[in-house]
Amino acid sequence: MLAQRILQQSLRRFATGKQLTTSKFAIAPTAMLGSPIQTRQVATQNLTPTDSYSILVAQRKNRPTAPHLTIYQPQIPWILSGLNRITGSVLSGGFYVFGSAYLVAPLLGWNLSSVSMAAAFGSWPLILKVLTKFTIALPFTFHSFNGFRHLTWDMGKAFKNQTVVKTGWTVVGVSVVTALGLATLV
Amino acid sequence: MAALRTTSRLFKASRPLFRPMQMRSLATVTDGYSSTSTAPPSQTSTTKEPAADPDAKIKTFHIYRWNPDEPATKPRMQSYALDLNKTGPMMLDALIRIKNEVDPTLTFRRSCREGICGSCAMNIDGVNTLACLCRIPVDTKAETKIYPLPHTYVVKDIVPDLTQFYKQYKSIKPYLQRTTPAPGGKEYLQSKEDRKKLDGMYECILCACCSTSCPSYWWNSEEYLGPAVLMQSYRWIADSRDEKKEERKAALDNSMSLYRCHTILNCSRTCPKGLNPGMAIAEIKKEMAF
Repeated sequence: MLAQRILQQSLRRFATGKQLTTSKFAIAPTAMLGSPIQTRQVATQNLTPTDSYSILVAQRKNRPTAPHLTIYQPQIPWILSGLNRITGSVLSGGFYVFGSAYLVAPLLGWNLSSVSMAAAFGSWPLILKVLTKFTIALPFTFHSFNGFRHLTWDMGKAFKNQTVVKTGWTVVGVSVVTALGLATLV
Repeated sequence: MAALRTTSRLFKASRPLFRPMQMRSLATVTDGYSSTSTAPPSQTSTTKEPAADPDAKIKTFHIYRWNPDEPATKPRMQSYALDLNKTGPMMLDALIRIKNEVDPTLTFRRSCREGICGSCAMNIDGVNTLACLCRIPVDTKAETKIYPLPHTYVVKDIVPDLTQFYKQYKSIKPYLQRTTPAPGGKEYLQSKEDRKKLDGMYECILCACCSTSCPSYWWNSEEYLGPAVLMQSYRWIADSRDEKKEERKAALDNSMSLYRCHTILNCSRTCPKGLNPGMAIAEIKKEMAF
């Protein structure tokens, strides 16, 4: 490259000298031969660090958030963790709702005593009774058994991936079976 | 190129000077070219388009696309069909082939292609992993979906913005902190047992697969440090040579930095290096409690 450039320059000097003496060409030789400085087709811009940072800030405002919950593969660890939280909220929420209803029942004239509720529940058809009991029992059993899993983890045990999957499915199985047992209990 | 053109023009201009030398510049065309006669169609053979390979194993890849130059356009999924016979075994091979041969605008990070740099971390078929360590499933019916790391800000296509992640890593001071000089005067020595405590933690390559798989980190990435950074924090807490254990623990002793971990354990499940950040976090919690 360097050799070529040197050759080119010496030739140019030689040729321009000749051209000027003969004045054969109408175009100015310097224009014809081109400037020795190369021009770039892509324009670049000098930026101060503060300017480039403000561009970055403007770009960040437009950035979308990558999809998360909707695209993540359903796996035992996070599905059961989510269920643990949902069942916990449902159980404690239900407890608070019933507790406050029981508290205000005399003021509003509701009859929420155990006897009247048991009598009302007893008049339902059997299938509805079992289903209702099962839907109330399942969050309870699941949340309780999964609680043991969490206590084990708090002791720093059972963290291997296979163990987590195994204990997870065990909790699902045990809680469904015990919920069924509670539902069919007379 | 410009230099060549100048040279050729130069030679043309000074042709009278070099006439006896028979000089020819690179860009000139001989006069004989235009007079070459072409054979009539009856004497030539027709080149057909290459037939589709009957043994081709075409697999479809759906890839998340978003271009920062068109910020108004919503992110979309673009599909690419590749013949697995002509593609390498790993997801990264497929991505590189798409970029080289199909769509050069596809943007992703990659470097080492052997699972040591952590650049190609992305969500493949719903699981965070390194594209270079993830085999392409040979089942061509199952279509592969590739997303950026979940709940990260997207810079372009599958390139996530990990600024926050790196800042959090910096915040735990990931270096040896000592106040006393080395006993021997040169090295900080460590027993084999103490060294063994660092196994399973020092191998972390900070690819951010675990942190971005953690739902707790998705919702609280501003304040919760996330599994990768917490495991590195424990790597220094567990190091027998470090003398700032209490300061390190005190920095984590608030409701957000550490205790947003609810042992969901997506982190351990997804780690492409087979490490267990969930267990490291549990160890920190134990050390803080007792």
